[in-house]
Amino acid sequence: MHQTFDAALEINLLHANQEGADHNRAHFDEWGITCFNIMSSPGAGKTALLERTLAALTNEFKIAVIEGDMTTELDADRLRQYHVPVIAINTGRSCHLDSKMVSGGIHRFAHEYNPSEFDLVLVENVGNLVCPAEFEVGEHTKIALLSITEGEDKPLKYPVMFQAADCLLITKMDLAPHLDVDVNQIVANVRQMNPHVKIISVSAKTGEGLNVWFDWIRSQIQPNH
Amino acid sequence: MHETDMTKALILTVRDWWESQPKPPEISHIHLIVGQFTCVEPASLQFAFEVQTRNTFLEGATLLIRETPLIAFCHCCQQDYHPEIGVQYACPTCRSPMEDIRSGRELKIDRIEYAVSEKPEYNKVTV
Repeated sequence: MHQTFDAALEINLLHANQEGADHNRAHFDEWGITCFNIMSSPGAGKTALLERTLAALTNEFKIAVIEGDMTTELDADRLRQYHVPVIAINTGRSCHLDSKMVSGGIHRFAHEYNPSEFDLVLVENVGNLVCPAEFEVGEHTKIALLSITEGEDKPLKYPVMFQAADCLLITKMDLAPHLDVDVNQIVANVRQMNPHVKIISVSAKTGEGLNVWFDWIRSQIQPNH
Repeated sequence: MHETDMTKALILTVRDWWESQPKPPEISHIHLIVGQFTCVEPASLQFAFEVQTRNTFLEGATLLIRETPLIAFCHCCQQDYHPEIGVQYACPTCRSPMEDIRSGRELKIDRIEYAVSEKPEYNKVTV
């Protein structure tokens, strides 16, 4: 004899990830650290941007990097040349960082360094325009990169990422003269779904726009330092 | 393929509920709500669910996914509209940007249908 029932759960599928992200953010807040989650498709120039950023700002701020990569430490090794702590997280087959992986990285960081001395943690996510958009890692600010070679339509095709971004960097601007890509159209497409996003056009190669990016970073650092 | 992770989260959440019941119920259906403005593909989720529930307490349970459309509210026009994903997100009437999403971001386990055997000697299946 069976009786059938119905139970209302109404639980968010990402509940556990969200709890982990809140936990990570609480650590950052306790240490007075601002955390950026940096996301883009593979090859949009996240690591090159971080190299320029570290070269310019390590005298001003104490910065650490959490580096997500599916299998290698190639990017982490590039960034270690700037003498900052780089915590590498290999995500294996997973195409994004989640809050639990980043939590492991944060605890390693806190074990090896004094986190209260730091101002900024840059999380370089796995190159992917889809999955990282759904998994918060404990960041205060979401940074999306779109290289000009990817074309005007990407914000329309991957809206969740571009809708959630606090700052969009249009990268590889030095290539603009060689392409039939309209930067104004990229901006218009993003603004349709995210009217308040800060948009900065940059080139890590020529240095174009980087000072605007650095000023924007300065405006985001938690003031209790 | 983050649907694998989403499915893992789904199974763990349902298992918490299942284990909290006085008698382990036999789950027949799980009702999920997935918004169209998420990065989740229902077909991939369905596939991952079938694979990951084999030989578990959820073997044979059916996953029912209800998709909710993307609906935004335009504050200028004071009305809802349906943005066309991949094409146009601004309000079709006044071209104001999409700011206030009213539906389409859901990723939620809505409810579970289950049966409880009235025989007291029901064996709890371990995962």
